Amino acid sequence: MLGKLSWKAIPFDSPLPIYASLVVGLVIVGVLGWVVVKGYFPYIWKEWITSVDHKRVGVMYTLMALVMLLRGFTDAIMMRAQQAIALNAPGYLPPEHYNQVFSSHGTIMIFFVAMPFMIGLMNFVVPLQLGVRDVAFPTLNSVSFWLTATGALLVNISLVIGEFARTGWLPYPPLSELAYSPGVGIDYYLWALQISGIGTLLSGINLVTTILKTRAPGMGLMRMPMFSWTALASNLLIVAAFPILIATLAMLLLDRYLGFHFFTNEAGGNVMMFMNLIWAWGHPEVYILILPAFGIFSEVVATFSRKPLFGYRSMVLATMVICIIAFTVWLHHFFTMGAGANVNAFFGIMTTIIAVPTGVKVFNWLFTMYGGRLRYDPPLLWAIGFIITFVIGGMTGVLLALPPVDFLLHNSLFLVAHFHNVIIGGVLFGGFAGYNYWFPKAFGFKLHPGLGKAAFWFWLVGFYVAFMPLYVLGFLGMTRRMQHYDVPAWRPWLVIAGAGAGLIAIGIALMIAQLVVSIRRREELRDTTGDPWDGRTLEWATTSPPPSYNFAVLPEVSGEDAYWTMKQHAREGEPPKLTAFTMPSNTATGIVCAFFATVMGFALIWHIWWMVILGGLGAFATFVVFAWRDHTEDEISVEQLERAARAPQGTQLAGEVA
Amino acid sequence: MSAPQTGQPENGQAETAPGDKRPEVDSVGSAVTGYAIGLALAVGMTAVSFYIVHSSLIWAPGIPIGLIVLAIAQMGVHLVFFLHVNTGPDSTNTTLALAFGLLIVFLIIAGSLFIMTNLDHNMLPMEQIMRMQR
Repeated sequence: MLGKLSWKAIPFDSPLPIYASLVVGLVIVGVLGWVVVKGYFPYIWKEWITSVDHKRVGVMYTLMALVMLLRGFTDAIMMRAQQAIALNAPGYLPPEHYNQVFSSHGTIMIFFVAMPFMIGLMNFVVPLQLGVRDVAFPTLNSVSFWLTATGALLVNISLVIGEFARTGWLPYPPLSELAYSPGVGIDYYLWALQISGIGTLLSGINLVTTILKTRAPGMGLMRMPMFSWTALASNLLIVAAFPILIATLAMLLLDRYLGFHFFTNEAGGNVMMFMNLIWAWGHPEVYILILPAFGIFSEVVATFSRKPLFGYRSMVLATMVICIIAFTVWLHHFFTMGAGANVNAFFGIMTTIIAVPTGVKVFNWLFTMYGGRLRYDPPLLWAIGFIITFVIGGMTGVLLALPPVDFLLHNSLFLVAHFHNVIIGGVLFGGFAGYNYWFPKAFGFKLHPGLGKAAFWFWLVGFYVAFMPLYVLGFLGMTRRMQHYDVPAWRPWLVIAGAGAGLIAIGIALMIAQLVVSIRRREELRDTTGDPWDGRTLEWATTSPPPSYNFAVLPEVSGEDAYWTMKQHAREGEPPKLTAFTMPSNTATGIVCAFFATVMGFALIWHIWWMVILGGLGAFATFVVFAWRDHTEDEISVEQLERAARAPQGTQLAGEVA
Repeated sequence: MSAPQTGQPENGQAETAPGDKRPEVDSVGSAVTGYAIGLALAVGMTAVSFYIVHSSLIWAPGIPIGLIVLAIAQMGVHLVFFLHVNTGPDSTNTTLALAFGLLIVFLIIAGSLFIMTNLDHNMLPMEQIMRMQR
């Protein structure tokens, strides 16, 4: 009846996850109870959960990323603590638990922090920057988000019911095959990623279509803001790369569920084919993450230097070159796994070449700042912190791109330090810059700048203290993913790294404080102009927060830096004529579909076949109901537009941030 | 799930979103003719490929090449007659997307073949690895 599921699946014998999940459960119940008791639930259901507004979906993506960041960071600090004490000692995490911790840390940080953070910001900003009213397929957008949330939920369920993968963030066979990992951990990983991967793929298709097909009048491709360009490149990569991930994981699922032999050792399977395919997705994936961050920095650097972006065309070219070359470097993730000199040389050279367009971008940002009147608000601080940190990470990356060096350093903490250097210093800093930069647009008030600066400095210093020792440890020969060790020389560096993680924890606490303080003092931080940073791009041309339809009249674009040009040439004239238009209605399709996907995913993990059929039928029925609905669009009348135009700025959201 | 009304790109080309009515709505007859030609070609090539496998009509070692040619032609027929990829002004994006897709598929397949044959060269046959593990 319940497949493999029984009471034994709940780890009553290990107190840590039980207590952790009890606390999390209490928090969730508390928040839900508070929402229901206060009577906010109908508002949240109608305006957020069932919303197809790209801004709301984007905010929910970002919120999920920030919440999951806490979970992923908890894993990180557990690992740091374990390694700080595990010299010739078992530490406090048993090996099978430690292996789950590093696996879930990687999985969560990449798939449920970095990805939703970037997709959320793209979702929120791109239609505003293009001067349009929503993404191309608004309901699909909501479905994408909720499918991603399903994946995150499944990963977190594994904390309490069953176990998570012990293979690392990419489940290399043969370890991940049924013979060596008979538990449900890998299945949690695979189904969580399949479901959220489909969500990501749909969202990629959606944003590519939006950028190519719907732009404001006059917004030619070469007039698009830089962030929209990098979003285009990133989403093209999603559309091209995610099918590889889905197919590869599907093959591993067939191996595990139906006795296929794609990646087994015997019966003609080929383990190396998994490495090949997963990295053919995995390397484009890192550019999917970093390209939008590059776009954010381009916007932030230009705005806070009060200059147009230096070398716009070279920036576009560099972005698109990265977009192509990203697909020619993937072997560098397994230089040491049996490839010969010819292959290693080719992929090593391609990897060093891809550093060139990235270097072009760095110089463009520097030249943009050169001679500008810089304002050191938090977004610019994050951008400058990024440039310095990312250049260091990039150089260690080019070092690792040389096959002979990689033979020395592969699988060591040097590698761990390198990819944290580029992912934290690049993607996460980019996300934080964007979060500080666009928060006033989303909610109508700025984030507290003082606490923002404090958070930045703790993050930056904490990052260096936490990860520079890992470079040293790599040179000292320490390999990654060690539950315990017996080399006393490593101990001091690991303790320093642990202290760095502590500094980052203070940084995170300050970010939470920043959010709370900003909400409480929102009246004094209120943005009444819609343009708090003296921005250059169209998202600042509308109110903060923008109305559901973004622009009452679609803006006319006559050059790069569209809004800047408008401000320069502002002239009194006839107010533009308002005409009525329609907006897509909100729908519960996304969350209902994701509910059934969760049921189906959970049932597949535990082999509860009747529930699989139930979930599948439910998801299908949801789409049938959606396809046959009669009411698809709501009209926004001229009276509504006139009323909105008369209302004072910043009042639309009063009390809505509760 | 239609998009809210938005402006057209500046270049003035009337790009239509997928699913929009095409501006020059042909008569139903000519549309049906197009689909019929496509269907005939697709079915014909499928039939031919099944037929030549068992026939001695062409030189036996040439059969795989013939099948590959037919398969690629089949893809072309689908793209042109069913997915309406053509050189018309309103399908610039479609054509570019197709080119990008082909480039990526080429890179992945060529790269995979390059990597996997090289690994095959360098590594022991699987049976020997298994024997060494015992």
